[in-house]
Amino acid sequence: MKKNFVIAHRLGSYFGEILDLQIFIPSLFAFALLLVSSAAFSALPTMIKIDGSSTVFPISEAAAEDFQAQKDNKVKVTVGISGTGGGFKKFCRNETDIQNASRPILGMELKDCKAANVKFFETPIAYDAMVIVVNPKTKWISEITIDELKVMWEASAQGKIQNWNQINPKYPDVPLKLFGAGADSGTFDYFTEAIVGKAKSSRGDYTASEDDNTLVSGVSRQEGSLGFIPLSYYEENKDKLKALAVVGGPNSPMKTKAILPSAQTVIDGSYYPLSRPIFIYINQNAYSRVEVKDFVSFYLKNGLRLVKQVKYIPLPEKSYEIGLKNVQAGKVGTVFDGHSAIGLKVEDLLKKESKL
Amino acid sequence: MIEVSNLTIRKWIDFLFQIVGLLILFLALVTLLSLILDLSTKGLHRIDWAFMTHFPSRFPERAGILSAWVGSLLVILLTSFFVIPLGIAAGIYLEEYAPKNFFSTFIELNIVNLAGIPSITFGLMALGFFVYTLNFGQSILTAGLTLSLLVLPIIIVTTREAIRTIPQTIREAAFGLGASRWQVIQHHVLPYSSGGILTGVIIALSRAIGETAPLITIGALTFIAFLPPNPLGTDQNFYDWIFSPFTVLPIQMFNWVSRPQSEFHVNAAATGLILLLLTLVLNAVAIFIRFRFRRRIKW
Repeated sequence: MKKNFVIAHRLGSYFGEILDLQIFIPSLFAFALLLVSSAAFSALPTMIKIDGSSTVFPISEAAAEDFQAQKDNKVKVTVGISGTGGGFKKFCRNETDIQNASRPILGMELKDCKAANVKFFETPIAYDAMVIVVNPKTKWISEITIDELKVMWEASAQGKIQNWNQINPKYPDVPLKLFGAGADSGTFDYFTEAIVGKAKSSRGDYTASEDDNTLVSGVSRQEGSLGFIPLSYYEENKDKLKALAVVGGPNSPMKTKAILPSAQTVIDGSYYPLSRPIFIYINQNAYSRVEVKDFVSFYLKNGLRLVKQVKYIPLPEKSYEIGLKNVQAGKVGTVFDGHSAIGLKVEDLLKKESKL
Repeated sequence: MIEVSNLTIRKWIDFLFQIVGLLILFLALVTLLSLILDLSTKGLHRIDWAFMTHFPSRFPERAGILSAWVGSLLVILLTSFFVIPLGIAAGIYLEEYAPKNFFSTFIELNIVNLAGIPSITFGLMALGFFVYTLNFGQSILTAGLTLSLLVLPIIIVTTREAIRTIPQTIREAAFGLGASRWQVIQHHVLPYSSGGILTGVIIALSRAIGETAPLITIGALTFIAFLPPNPLGTDQNFYDWIFSPFTVLPIQMFNWVSRPQSEFHVNAAATGLILLLLTLVLNAVAIFIRFRFRRRIKW
């Protein structure tokens, strides 16, 4: 005890002397100046930079984790989250090597990429499905049509549609409370495009959150609440939420049949229109580096296993092979015309001719 | 009669204020305590050596916060190096040297305004200036500089307040013995006010360590499974670590909180406890230093 006290005492006077401020402040200044002036860059050559969507993040994180372990940590992989839109801004400025995207590249982003002469490969890596959830106390509903969803969510519903019986007279007189992803997320873009018909067009008077756990607790609190959340969040919270079967309408392969979301119905395309593929985009210049090449083939060869481990819905096994072959064959560009293709199956998607 | 009842009322008010003050203190303590308790019940069992020494992982039971706590520590270290000298020097200048004119009033006004700017704005400014214009990249250096600017006003304002409490007679006595202005500051003003200044430093650094928004804006990472280069390593320069990409504890925590699996929420709670602990340790060091200073001053 006494010894400890003596040490603490000495340490104290030591700090006291440093902080005598005669030397302290000038030396701190000098150090700060030295740091700033030494801003000569040492590039970190064996680093792979990934950024973008938070939806895709867990898969890329898994790939990065295993790849680094396999390479004995000689190759460094970093994964950031700045949203699909924020990520594309960096990707189209040549700042990142791989972009996580929960929707295809938009027309505006394509222009940015072209301006900076960034060419890229596009490949789907998993499915994501949105689940329409209601409070479990809402016993009088078990399925919903996309037309009813449109009535609820379209921009003109703002301030007007406030009650369930306004959507369909057979529903009771219960206030409607809506919860959904915030306007910056790819999930919101896709949901509005699939339901309202135009990306980003939605009513503004709903509870928006980028954190899906907030949406879960919001919907689970009150009868009459409805929200859309990713499938993985529904599966972890089945005791708190009730999923609605969705009637896809005339464009759906199942027409008027109501379909509940599950891995099965997402893969066979019958859960229409709220399931979609999610992507990674690979910078072509970066791909000429051997470690990026290694990483991409590792990612796509282990895609099925990794996607399952992080509890997402994997693509059909063959899709990963075709995706890798497309990249290796140098098929640059996107198969989309700058907007999402609703209800498109991945097999068809991989066959389409891509363009820049 | 009136005199007496007036006194009674005033005594009552006095008593009432004590009660109210005590209640408010209690409220603050209970809030903090319940927060710690909540985090502890959820996350305490998760904290062990492996949690501190492992990198993040997709398997919640294997995940750790090594890169996050090292990142937090390095960012705070760099922030202190920049902000402590700058803040104290600016405070001294404004209080002891600056003439009272329009220009200095203008600067003072702006410092006070600076303290009220939302942190995300600093992040945007840093993204444009440090990351792109000065080309510092998305590095620990950028983070340190950004947080320095964010908490600079706190240190300037508290330094000035602390200096102002030194009686004018002490300065006059020193001047009377022929001391220069800097000698007065160096030998008297700074040592006597160091307690107050350090309190400002504590508050500033505690705020900086919990900041997330500006760091996300400048491009702090979420998954990073390596540490910045060792400054004493053979194959790199001493300063390489300041250009390394990084993550910090609040970002790691935020990422885990927003995952669907509840096992990750446990990790987030554990990370919160570590963050709290780190803040307390930093504060303890500062309080210890302050204690050393106070003992030497007698007047």
